[in-house]
Amino acid sequence: MSRSPDTTRLVSLRSARDLIDRDFATAVNVTALAAQAGYSRYHFIRAFRAAYGATPGDYLSRRRVERACELLRTANLTVTEVCFLVGFASLGSFSSRFSELLRCSPSEYQRRAAEQGGPPPVPGCMVLMWDAPRPAMRNRGEAAGDSAPVASARTERMEPIEGDKT
Amino acid sequence: MISKLSHAGVLVLDQNSAKQFYTETLGFTVRNDVEMGADFAGAGQGFRWLTVSPPGQQDLEFILAAPEMGHDEETARQLRDLVAKGAFGGGVWQTDDCRKTYEELSQRGVTFVQEPAERPYGVEAVFRDDSGNWFSLTQHF
Repeated sequence: MSRSPDTTRLVSLRSARDLIDRDFATAVNVTALAAQAGYSRYHFIRAFRAAYGATPGDYLSRRRVERACELLRTANLTVTEVCFLVGFASLGSFSSRFSELLRCSPSEYQRRAAEQGGPPPVPGCMVLMWDAPRPAMRNRGEAAGDSAPVASARTERMEPIEGDKT
Repeated sequence: MISKLSHAGVLVLDQNSAKQFYTETLGFTVRNDVEMGADFAGAGQGFRWLTVSPPGQQDLEFILAAPEMGHDEETARQLRDLVAKGAFGGGVWQTDDCRKTYEELSQRGVTFVQEPAERPYGVEAVFRDDSGNWFSLTQHF
């Protein structure tokens, strides 16, 4: 049972995505990821987006925000601590990406989570695999219609992600 | 009345490689590995029935199935692509010591997408099998 070129390609893209999921808190280098997956940087970004609907940089920052949500809900850490723990290089970039995805600030999110009391009532592995929060989804109690669709201009942007962490 | 779950499984990209991964890497035992030969033309010829059990649960046979089983070529191709992309999850494996098992399996080359972390219900890590199916590895409190 030999693997088709398509399957081999998808396996290497998945391995790259797994690395992002595992090493999200460190400086992820997209050129290195591309090389590891057997692509040029340019083709890697395109192929990754074709497979997963987001560029590697976009996927990484969504993963960081999703992990930040968990820490804001469960850990006794300040917003600034969480920001650097999940790999953002500055509070400004963290806050703006967070607000863009969740339509509230990290501190507002933390306050609401505390009121609701602790982690979500579903297994953590499902939270992880349910993927990062997207616009128009998941923000408790907000109407789905009031934000941009998933395939917004945001996901089209190629975001440099090297050196994202100091 | 249903009493328990005896068989469940995942689609795998390569049954030989999956058999090796589940036995040599995860330490499962092979329960069935049978291929239907030419005798079964028109009634399952070529079908390979491959099941394994985790060490602590011999009454669960975990099926390692080829995406081709029972599907036309295009459907099988789509399933294969989805498995390769890592779209499917296969369940939760239980352990007495998540951190230790994480170390052992990491050393054997298993891909973890999440290191052990404390959850309200236990210590949990997330890994993939050799095909890309994801599993939780949980030590329940």
